[in-house]
Amino acid sequence: MTCDEVCGKLAPYVDSELQASEMAEMETHLRGCSACAAEALGLLRMKLATRTAGARYTPSAEFQRRMVQSIHAKSTPWWAGIRLPRLAVAAVAAVLLIAAVTLLATRTARERELMEIADLHVTALASSNPVDVVSTDRHTVKPWFAGKLPFSFNLPELQNSGFTLTGGRVAYFERSSGAQLLFTVRKHQLSVFIFKDETRELPFRAGTVTSTRLALQTESWSEGGLRYFIVSDAPAADVHALSELLRKAARS
Amino acid sequence: MPLFGRLYNFARWLTQDHGEAEDLVQETCLKALKGFGSFRQGTNFRAWMYRILRNTFLTSRAGLRAAPVSLDDEDAVPAEPVASGTPESILISSVDQQAIQAALDALPVPYREVILLCDVEEMRYQEIAETLAIPVGTVMSRLSRGRKAMRELLADASMRSGPRGTLK
Repeated sequence: MTCDEVCGKLAPYVDSELQASEMAEMETHLRGCSACAAEALGLLRMKLATRTAGARYTPSAEFQRRMVQSIHAKSTPWWAGIRLPRLAVAAVAAVLLIAAVTLLATRTARERELMEIADLHVTALASSNPVDVVSTDRHTVKPWFAGKLPFSFNLPELQNSGFTLTGGRVAYFERSSGAQLLFTVRKHQLSVFIFKDETRELPFRAGTVTSTRLALQTESWSEGGLRYFIVSDAPAADVHALSELLRKAARS
Repeated sequence: MPLFGRLYNFARWLTQDHGEAEDLVQETCLKALKGFGSFRQGTNFRAWMYRILRNTFLTSRAGLRAAPVSLDDEDAVPAEPVASGTPESILISSVDQQAIQAALDALPVPYREVILLCDVEEMRYQEIAETLAIPVGTVMSRLSRGRKAMRELLADASMRSGPRGTLK
């Protein structure tokens, strides 16, 4: 794909509207072309900023109460001639409404969480001081977090694994503090985020979740009351290898 | 935010007025209840609700006020790249929420609604096309033009207020 072709498809790419094959082609190009990647990032930032800025208004409690009353009042004659099919339709309507709301809430909350985590990663990399504790020694990095976080975690033995620990910082996500650890593997940077699991609401509650978006790989899982997220531009296999090391360390 | 709250948010952006937004949501819900028979099961419930809201808006006072906007050559996706030049992209990352809200408010309704449905409501292009009863190609060209117009508004605002601080 040429830069022009990529530029023409950046909007549907950022809006997740491309076919899987086109997505893959775009990602291959974006990995190697910093100009197009910067454009994509610019568009994505704009989209995220619009999403936050656009969710501006909430109905007042008084209006919600009035709505419930007015719908009840208007629908009384409707219910008056009780006929089963109508009731069935109403029941279906209620079910549909609840289903639509729940689905929507789950999907958007999950995506938002993913994007926020990806943002934390990108922001750290863009910073002139990506880490607050600079050390490749896990016996330095782990104690640094003592007293800064309401939990403790184990760091893996990295010898001969290809991964290097570069340091860590305290990260904040949905009003709770957690650890952000930076690792490298063959020039790729990986962020590992660790948060207490009970503070997490809906998304990523159970199991391992992997996803690819904007050429970033993510993997998330729970272990020992902690929720782990990895975000990186490294290949999925590397992300998974690091997750295995962290899981092993957590169990030891 | 549950669907009711989302409908209100969308109505408020369309009408740009608290009272008119409440009227619009109320009328939409009543129409939806009354016209539930016209909802074909298996089709998109959310798009159906937004379509009612948006059609109700078009015939409301606020909608008629906002109505006559001519969008030339709608279906042609602009030939220029969607995002033009890195400095602009960087600029966007440094504008604040208020500037984005002001830019959204200043956009003509056809652009504002398509951006809200895509970026805030996170609808697929197909779903937006169903909601607005326009072809998917038109959704894409409106999005592209709308976003470009927004970037220009943000750039203007930023020039006026002088260079801003760092990333937010």
